[in-house]
Amino acid sequence: MSRVLAFGRFWYGFILGDDWRIAAGVAAAIGITALLADGGVAAWWVMPLAVIALLVGSVRRGTRRAQRSESEVR
Amino acid sequence: MTRGALLFVTAFLASGVEMVEALTIVLAVGVTRGWRSTLLGAGVAVLALAVLIAALGGAISHVPIDVLRLGIGALLLIFGLQWLRKAILRAGGQLPLHDEAAAFLAESADAAGAVRARRELVDWYSFTVSFKGVFLEGVEVAFIVITFGAAKSHGVAIAAAAAAAALVVVLAAGAIVRAPLSRVPENTLKFTVGLLLASFGTFWSAEGAGVSWPGGDGALLGILALLLLASLAAVRVLRHGLHPAGLSPASKGADA
Repeated sequence: MSRVLAFGRFWYGFILGDDWRIAAGVAAAIGITALLADGGVAAWWVMPLAVIALLVGSVRRGTRRAQRSESEVR
Repeated sequence: MTRGALLFVTAFLASGVEMVEALTIVLAVGVTRGWRSTLLGAGVAVLALAVLIAALGGAISHVPIDVLRLGIGALLLIFGLQWLRKAILRAGGQLPLHDEAAAFLAESADAAGAVRARRELVDWYSFTVSFKGVFLEGVEVAFIVITFGAAKSHGVAIAAAAAAAALVVVLAAGAIVRAPLSRVPENTLKFTVGLLLASFGTFWSAEGAGVSWPGGDGALLGILALLLLASLAAVRVLRHGLHPAGLSPASKGADA
């Protein structure tokens, strides 16, 4: 059982890393893009905008986390 | 042509990063415990990887190209954003730079501290540590080669050639320095790889979702430029104290 858990943990860490919101956001952005493209809308702009938003959000969360652990050390 | 060249550069850099990490482990164990078992472990790992690459390559070739682009693009985008995020945080002084010299010393200390019960033909400690390092990093290189290559015709050959070139360069560098690899500007490399992974990922995942890019393959350069500007702006904000989230100025060094 512990091996199954370790296996699952490995793949979770390998694919999702330490910010699962990136993976969730990418999945959501692809879904929105596919829906718009399927409806005949030129949806090429959705992914670049989503990627910038996801990057900025993740960097902000990472910064807060880094500063929190720095203040805990002090 | 542009796409092929970018593919080569991306696969070269991404593979190079993984190989530098594997080389650090091999050098540390080899220098402290001897080369025979260390190189044996690395060689067996390479053989195991060859089998794995052959198996995965065959399975991937039967998948429809749009499904492949969607899946590969999404994974590359996720990996790329994670690499880029960490590189930005390091370059902005929010995280310490990964220190290959420290990694080398830590591996050396671990290797020297392990007790060899008796003299054997194979030093299993060296073999295992070397095997694990080369195999795990090699799986990531194989993943890079197969995923990058499979979304473009003749792409596997281009990505494999890039990985082979990276291997030659990294091995040559390792043979020359045979010491801590801290001179390799790792964060700059990771920053660049993150940008390229995220750009390819954005391009392919959108194509897989049914999008036609304006300008065709040229859109890839546009995405790359957009992400580069956004990333440099983020580093600048972190370094120089424009703090929209109430963040304090960064003070630690950075190389990206």
